[in-house]
Amino acid sequence: MDMLLDIISGVLLAAGSFFIIVGAIGLVRLPDMFARMHGAGVTDTLGAGLFIAGLMIQGGFTLITVKLFMILVFFFFASPTSSYALANAALSQGEKPWTRESDNTNDNKEDSSSKT
Amino acid sequence: MMFAAATAALVVAMLLALVRALLGPTVYDRVLAVNSFGTKTVLMIAVLGFLAGRPDFMDIALLYALINFIGTLAVLKFFRYGDMARPGGRPTAGEGD
Repeated sequence: MDMLLDIISGVLLAAGSFFIIVGAIGLVRLPDMFARMHGAGVTDTLGAGLFIAGLMIQGGFTLITVKLFMILVFFFFASPTSSYALANAALSQGEKPWTRESDNTNDNKEDSSSKT
Repeated sequence: MMFAAATAALVVAMLLALVRALLGPTVYDRVLAVNSFGTKTVLMIAVLGFLAGRPDFMDIALLYALINFIGTLAVLKFFRYGDMARPGGRPTAGEGD
């Protein structure tokens, strides 16, 4: 039984790590700040969720699992709120989302290297 | 052993977040990268707590998650309104004077 729990938490930890790295790669490669927020969101929700689920299984029925669940609940509420605040602050300061059309019109203003 | 692998993956993801924090053209890229780095730190503290056999690390991780959230909002408010002292409830689409 213990072996099974270790395997399950191992799989969950591996999946969580995978999505954390995918989110981090999305944070780096995506062309625009608003697109990168999607990458950060993947890390926050799926990556952290699977990761903490894996740890909770390792923790068993102890206080540790309750605290990990509290972290998960807080992420559940805090992540969308901070993403909304960031997008709202950026939009109100005149930050235009990247679109296919806007890409070739303002190519001269911004160097294209930041767009790759 | 799997905790070590998870920690290694977290370190790689943290480095990628730092790359975006350095490269980020706009200031909001940097805030986003630092916020993402903070959530990864929370996970790192939790997994190191398991690795080192220290159950009290979960409280530190929870506290770090709270502080990271507050810090991100404070920085955003600073960039949005120019300073912290403005009364709340300003129209969100207003100018950032």
